[in-house]
Amino acid sequence: MVIDVHNLNFSFGSGSLTQPVLKGIDLAIRKGEIVLMTGPSGSGKTTLLTIIGGLRQASNGSVVILGEQLVNSNEQTKVKIRRQTGYIFQQHNLLKSLTALQNVCMTLELQRDLTESERQYRAQQMLAAVGLEDRMHYFPEALSGGQRQRVSIARALAGRPKIILADEPTASLDRQSGHDAVEILKQLAKELNTTILLVTHDYRILDIADRVVELEDGFVKAVEKQE
Amino acid sequence: MSIVNTWYFPTRLAWRQLIHDRLKLVAAISGVLFACVLVFMQLGFKDALYASAASMPLKFDGDLFLIHQQSEAMWRPAQFERSELMRALGHPAVAEVAPLYLSLATFKALDTQVKRTLMVYGYDPDTDLLNVDAIKTKKHELRVKDTVLFDEYSRPEFGPVSNMLEAGQNRTEVNDYKVTILGVFQLGISFAADGNIVTSDLNFLRIFPNRSAEEIDVGVIRLQPGAFIPEIKEELRAHLNDFVKIYTYEEVLEHERLYWENAAPIGFIFNFGTIMGLIVGMVIVYQILFTEINNYRFEFATLKAMGYPHSYFIRMVFASAFILAILGFVPGLALSSSLYNLAESQIFIPMPMTLEKAVTVFVFILFMCTTAGSLAIHRLDSASPADMF
Ligand SMILES: Nc1ncnc2c1ncn2[C@@H]1O[C@H](COP(=O)(O)OP(=O)(O)OP(=O)(O)O)[C@@H](O)[C@H]1O
Ligand SMILES: [Mg+2]
Repeated sequence: MVIDVHNLNFSFGSGSLTQPVLKGIDLAIRKGEIVLMTGPSGSGKTTLLTIIGGLRQASNGSVVILGEQLVNSNEQTKVKIRRQTGYIFQQHNLLKSLTALQNVCMTLELQRDLTESERQYRAQQMLAAVGLEDRMHYFPEALSGGQRQRVSIARALAGRPKIILADEPTASLDRQSGHDAVEILKQLAKELNTTILLVTHDYRILDIADRVVELEDGFVKAVEKQE
Repeated sequence: MSIVNTWYFPTRLAWRQLIHDRLKLVAAISGVLFACVLVFMQLGFKDALYASAASMPLKFDGDLFLIHQQSEAMWRPAQFERSELMRALGHPAVAEVAPLYLSLATFKALDTQVKRTLMVYGYDPDTDLLNVDAIKTKKHELRVKDTVLFDEYSRPEFGPVSNMLEAGQNRTEVNDYKVTILGVFQLGISFAADGNIVTSDLNFLRIFPNRSAEEIDVGVIRLQPGAFIPEIKEELRAHLNDFVKIYTYEEVLEHERLYWENAAPIGFIFNFGTIMGLIVGMVIVYQILFTEINNYRFEFATLKAMGYPHSYFIRMVFASAFILAILGFVPGLALSSSLYNLAESQIFIPMPMTLEKAVTVFVFILFMCTTAGSLAIHRLDSASPADMF
């Protein structure tokens, strides 16, 4: 199991203001699996994603990612997990002062064993794979929404992460570019045997999933096999 | 992980972020440049002041000097009895002694007839008290009644004395007393006096009729060759009244410098100006870095989510501070150099741009920027990756 969440509880606030969000989550995802997560707004999808990605500290239950226990973990463990995880955010979250190529390189700069030219080469390959070979030196503000999202997919995948966590990556895209982006993501992930957990409200992209889970009121409500 | 690697990437990212918003970069650089020029000017004036204050004692040709203890500086001396100086002659190591008379006086400009204050030095020309060749070569002529030598480096308000002398015009008034200018020498002015003239002791007493030969301003002592100055100084000290102080050559220079540094509020004013410049610059840099971090906090959170450690962002902030320090310092140095030249041509006091001064100011500016950086760093804590998504 790449992702193994067991009886995870999580609340915001403290004392009488405590607001439980996750109430005993069980979720296990195998290597190379593509899992889509849906659920109503406020059900805790983003919260769960940030805990799995090592961005938020949980103190209850068990969250084992790539063999590391993240519950009550130290900063070092979380940084280690973050470096093996590719994040795709609802907004593209690109660095506005860097070009598309430089943005993708940011992931690779964490890997100190690469030379600068290897980084450049891999970033260019990745951008070409998402169909942006002619937009490498554009700044994000000069790219369309779909192009930006493709850059952020390239950025997430360039470091060859073991896990991709995506939070509503198609929310700001139209149907066609949303589908294209996710299709590219699926294709590249399958090549690299990457595990994907993708949160979406977008029922148009359910077909890329190996499995769909639904989160409601802090529980994994239903797990339906794809037809 | 090498130093180059740990600093290269954050520095490069800081650089890319800085140059992305050119307008803000220009604002930040202007802030640093402003502080830089301010500090350079304060230090420049201060050094020029101290250097010029000692321009006259620097030319003293003697081993030991007697000064009244109430003489705060050369430009406002208190007199003491000549007999006090004569007493030093009793010491076997003392070769000769000579009195120096000093006073401020008005000098009527040769062209405009406007009266301005300058410094008058009076001493026996044969003693060569001032080590200035142009004075030494005129020592016989100076013996003539009512003659003076004029300092060419005096402020131009005294008139084009050299030119007028060549044209045969050499009569003017000092302290409303008619004198003849024999020629010029080069000494340099100070903050206390806009010009200098040198005359014989006898002429000095004629120009200042209420002064007496028995009341001297500085007593100059020359020792026998090979005498150990500090030892003789202590021995003479025991024979002198307490109201006279005895200084070595270096101590006289120091005494002048300390006056301007401490007794006069001027040293304080310049230090105050320097500190104010640095504080203003620091506030500007802090503001820029703070808004920079604030604007980029989503990006920092994104990078954190990618696995960048907190220390990376701290290095970025310091790299930004360092870049701003350099980008502000370089034009600041150039601008200050030309301002020094301008000041030199306007106030006739040498203001050299020395390497030492440049290094000092750069260290100040770097300190200012890094302090601003460390103050702005707390804003980084707001870049928590969990709350951004
Ligand atoms: N930083 C926070 N502090 C306090 N409460 C929070 C915080 N973030 C989220 N919550 C609360 O936790 C609950 C779950 O939020 P979360 O963002 O995980 O929902 P979500 O499933 O991602 O919703 P959406 O589909 O709208 O993005 C919400 O009720 C929200 O109000
Ligand atoms: Mg959400």
